[in-house]
Amino acid sequence: MQTIDLRGVSCPTNFVKAKLALEDLDDGMIAQILLDDGEPVKNVPRSLKADGHKLLGLTQTEEGYYILELKKIEE
Amino acid sequence: MADVKQTKIDLNNLKAGGFIKERGKDLFTVRLRVPGGRMSVPRLKKIAEVAEKFGGEFVHLSVRQSIELININFKDFDAVVEELGEKSQKVASCGARVRVPVACGGCEYNPNGLVDTQKSALEVDEKLFGTPTGHHKFKVAFAGCPFDCPKSSTNDVGFSGAIEPVLDKATCISCGLCVKSCVPKALVMGEDNKPVLTAEKCIWCGDCVKVCPTEAWSVKKKGYTVRIGGKWGRNPLVGTLFATFLPEDKAVEFIAAVLEWYKQKAEGLGRIRLGDTIIKEGPDALLNHLRSQFPDYTVAKTIAPQIIQTQVGMN
Repeated sequence: MQTIDLRGVSCPTNFVKAKLALEDLDDGMIAQILLDDGEPVKNVPRSLKADGHKLLGLTQTEEGYYILELKKIEE
Repeated sequence: MADVKQTKIDLNNLKAGGFIKERGKDLFTVRLRVPGGRMSVPRLKKIAEVAEKFGGEFVHLSVRQSIELININFKDFDAVVEELGEKSQKVASCGARVRVPVACGGCEYNPNGLVDTQKSALEVDEKLFGTPTGHHKFKVAFAGCPFDCPKSSTNDVGFSGAIEPVLDKATCISCGLCVKSCVPKALVMGEDNKPVLTAEKCIWCGDCVKVCPTEAWSVKKKGYTVRIGGKWGRNPLVGTLFATFLPEDKAVEFIAAVLEWYKQKAEGLGRIRLGDTIIKEGPDALLNHLRSQFPDYTVAKTIAPQIIQTQVGMN
């Protein structure tokens, strides 16, 4: 599974970085995206959904950041 | 005796206002009508040509989304109107009239937009623009979502898009994305690990629907939240809630009903805005009037427009 670490990256750079990283994945592959609390965890999942990817779940870590799991969907 | 050259101007062009006197002799600002702030690129080019030919070195973008041509000599009024093309580019208004409605980009390309504010702005512009109120100016604004970038509640009638979400528990995968996305914290995870909505906290922004990976959240109702009686300027008022989930196609009719009440109740009160008229008459007077025509959408109770104290501390 691909891990895309977007901690410490603010909007909209984090979303654009996620898009670039997802370009390298094959259709149907699962990725874990690490997101900071606040704006990033509120905005990035919804934008990735709007791009057509399948969101699978969100978990909060003990350290306070979030792991978004998604399946890449090729358009 | 010297020859006196008579200037001829079609005074019909001035009826709705929009020609505003400037400091200099003979010079006027011509405020163009740009409902909802949307302008096609060819039209923008045409306006640039007219501005270059008749105006000063720049145009001004008004705070209510109009393009204003600066330094227009009043003798050129007819030529400016003619060259802009009367049908496709109308001049805006000033004075005691219904003004050009403002709107955010709406829902076509803005991911937050819940309703088609651009369509609403065009409808209001077409049906109500320039209507004399008999008392004072009358402003309308459309926001596509409750984040309300157009500051709708500082208008005489302000609309903001809203949706009521509904959850299909069977489709919900308990991912928690909606709870995390809910800024007003109207959603919390219940004991069954499914989100629970507290209606009193919900601002109806639809973020839960937008983020939901399985479409477990969907739209139950969609329409406008309507706040009335706002204004800014010397004595600011913030408009208060009169209707919820008003269907988009009822916006014009709703504004017309508010105007009808305003025209009648402000009679004899001089140059008074709608908000101050509501304070004088009591909010129930307007609410009852609206309830008779829109019983399904008016709220059970409301309060008068709220006075904002901007002078406290002034010596």
